[in-house]
Amino acid sequence: MSEVVLSGVVKRYGRVSALAGVHLSVPSGQLTAVLGPSGCGKTTLLRCLAGFERLDAGEIRIDGTRVAGGGRHLPAHRRRIAVVPQEGALFPHLSVADNVGYGLDRAARRTDRVEEVLTLVGLAGYGDRMPHQLSGGQQQRVAVARALAPRPSVVLLDEPFSALDAGLRVGLRHDVREALRADGATGVLVTHDQGEALSVADQVVVLRDGRVIQAGAPTTIYREPADAWVAGFVGDAVLLPAVVEHGSARTALGVLPVAGTVPDGAVTVLVRPEQVRFSPAPNAVTATVLRHDFHGHDALVGLRLADGTRITARILDGDAAVAIGGEVTVHVDGPARALPVDATTGRPAAAPAPLAA
Amino acid sequence: MAVALIPLAYLAVRTAEAGGDRIAAELWTERVGLLALRSLGLAGVVTAACVLLGVGTAFLVTRTDLPGRRLFALLAALPLAVPTYIAAFAWVSTVPRLEGFWPAALVLTLCSYPYVLLPVAAALRGADPAQEEVSRSLGRSGWQTFTAVTLRQIRPATAAGALLVALYVLSDFGAVSILRTDTFTRAIFVAFDLGFDRTGALVLSSVLVALTVLLLAGETATRRRGARYARLGGTRRPVSRTPLGPARWPAAVALVGVAALALGVPAVSLGRRLAAGVSRPGALPEVLSAAGNSLTVSLAGAALTMLLALPLGLLAARAPGPLTTVLDRLAYLAHALPGVVIGLSLIFFGINVAYPLYQTRWLLALAYATLFLPLAVGAVAGAAAQSPSGLEEVARSLGRGPWTVLRTVTLPLILPGIGAGAALVFLTGMKELPATLLLRPTGTDTLATELWTSTAVGAYAAAAPYAALLVIISALPTWLLVARSGLLDKEDRS
Repeated sequence: MSEVVLSGVVKRYGRVSALAGVHLSVPSGQLTAVLGPSGCGKTTLLRCLAGFERLDAGEIRIDGTRVAGGGRHLPAHRRRIAVVPQEGALFPHLSVADNVGYGLDRAARRTDRVEEVLTLVGLAGYGDRMPHQLSGGQQQRVAVARALAPRPSVVLLDEPFSALDAGLRVGLRHDVREALRADGATGVLVTHDQGEALSVADQVVVLRDGRVIQAGAPTTIYREPADAWVAGFVGDAVLLPAVVEHGSARTALGVLPVAGTVPDGAVTVLVRPEQVRFSPAPNAVTATVLRHDFHGHDALVGLRLADGTRITARILDGDAAVAIGGEVTVHVDGPARALPVDATTGRPAAAPAPLAA
Repeated sequence: MAVALIPLAYLAVRTAEAGGDRIAAELWTERVGLLALRSLGLAGVVTAACVLLGVGTAFLVTRTDLPGRRLFALLAALPLAVPTYIAAFAWVSTVPRLEGFWPAALVLTLCSYPYVLLPVAAALRGADPAQEEVSRSLGRSGWQTFTAVTLRQIRPATAAGALLVALYVLSDFGAVSILRTDTFTRAIFVAFDLGFDRTGALVLSSVLVALTVLLLAGETATRRRGARYARLGGTRRPVSRTPLGPARWPAAVALVGVAALALGVPAVSLGRRLAAGVSRPGALPEVLSAAGNSLTVSLAGAALTMLLALPLGLLAARAPGPLTTVLDRLAYLAHALPGVVIGLSLIFFGINVAYPLYQTRWLLALAYATLFLPLAVGAVAGAAAQSPSGLEEVARSLGRGPWTVLRTVTLPLILPGIGAGAALVFLTGMKELPATLLLRPTGTDTLATELWTSTAVGAYAAAAPYAALLVIISALPTWLLVARSGLLDKEDRS
């Protein structure tokens, strides 16, 4: 249970800055997801935290004690930060129990801590198996148990579910979150899967080009993205040019209420596809159906508005009679979100913007 | 690393001492030209034959439904246990007055084609069958796929095996001597041993080293062009086998024929003379003492070599860079040096630098280390891949210091590879002849040297027990190596 604070962390490989001044705070006892596209520096961030890489600038503190930066580099084995790598990386020559007990000292190995963490990850009684006798999901569970066993300050999870089947992934990530919670561990999960980050984390940190773009609760990140890029990265987004007057935005989808206080003028507003409803409401507009992607639990419908603007609607009732080429009436449920506009280009800002509080 | 440099430094120093005129006088003779042509010709013929035989056999045992594949795989690899001089001796004692270029080429081919077979078989087993399937699905016939995809997949392995064979032939001493084929190694030994003509021996050695460097450079150049073929992600299915149909019986007969020539001739020849050799008065204690000597010097050599190879191999695997490449190449060069040259240079080293070592087994162990270090470094570096650095990072993140990680994770994982390397060094040490002849302490005879002494005076019956014991002892590490290569595994899922 420890708080981790990174300030101004820079890591360069040759002339490429993998991390260009990262400020980040990981609250104690919570699970923080570091979310970003591949190549954004998230694995480098994790390796710097673990102590496998030296910082070029900035510092990392755990519970106020500096572990890296300012000429100090506490080696990996003294940091009490355990990692769960992508492929689990179980020691192939050790049994499950010996893998889990690897980080424990001799006294702790004689207690029932090994069995305790194996129970936490749902593998009680598997101690005598060898790693190659386990399925991929079970191997990942053992890797999590191994990281939890010595009660480290922080557990780092490096895309631990990415190699698993979709079905297995969902079950495992919730079990792992529960195991971390039950053990009171502080966790950092690195992932490029926005669904994973939003569903398991207490805090989501969006990383791009080696910088933190936005940090906040999953709901905040989804509902109040810092910019158009974050909006599109964490979910499907309908971005519409709009003119704001007295708290209402005039758009191709009609006049929409805008969340928060926004000064009058031209902006881009964000509407989530699930806000677009098929119904004859007073402020409804007409749209032509372009495509219909059925996903089982819901469906995404591509629409073209009268002025040619293309938008997407998410409908729960997949059977709804939407004939491609046919006309429907839609309205927007709930407020739209105004996104900052880049003053020089007039386009939605893609650069770091003030956090939408 | 200094170990690898001793011979090169020696050659440079002594050749410089001899002076230019003397060197020119030795060098520009018709004899040297003939020697060079014969050595290179022999290396070329044997390498080509080994590639044909090795690739063909490897394909038959890994990719077809040949009956008795695992037995044939073992039979095809076993010639590794037969030193060339024993094979040559077996042929000479079976077919009287056999000598010259072509018999030497035959014997060397039969002894060294496993050097191509083993890496190629491993590559054929490891190759991704999906690539061949893609080629077939794009409309290429089976034969076109074989030449356009399969042969290219195994090209790096074939080249590596061919290089080993070529180096082996250039530095071979036993077979060419017994079959009276004048090559560089034989000329060097004769110049040194009979004529005490050190300068002549040296100049010839230098030419041999130059040929070796040429060969290594050629291999490096082709490797750069050929690049490496990476496998791109994804899990791999086991290879599929080609049904041979009625052709399986001729194929099997062909393999039986090769095995009969490579293993049967030595076995029959040794067996016939064994009874007479063993019943010779006083034979048993002599053979046992020679076996003891062989075992101790080879074990000492293997231990010393592995000790030197461990840090080098780990460094090569973990910190690839210009320095490690240079170290790697230097070690290869020393390996390519013929045992005769290594022997000569270590005598010089023993007399002038480390006199306490001279005439001890330790100098011989050092010679083995010089000769076989690359084999061991390769084994360690290959084994280090069994312990990916990710595992070590996890271990460190769990609070274990570097030494504990080395002891509890790295070493246990690479131990089988180290064992294989040690077996290989031990095996090659048992078979080594020229350096052992030159460096053994006076009065210490090994199986190889006793065999050599007996055959030199035509005492074939007396030589047989030594040869038989040597082959039997060498067969054990050979079998271990073949088993580790996976060739003998049961069908992996089908």
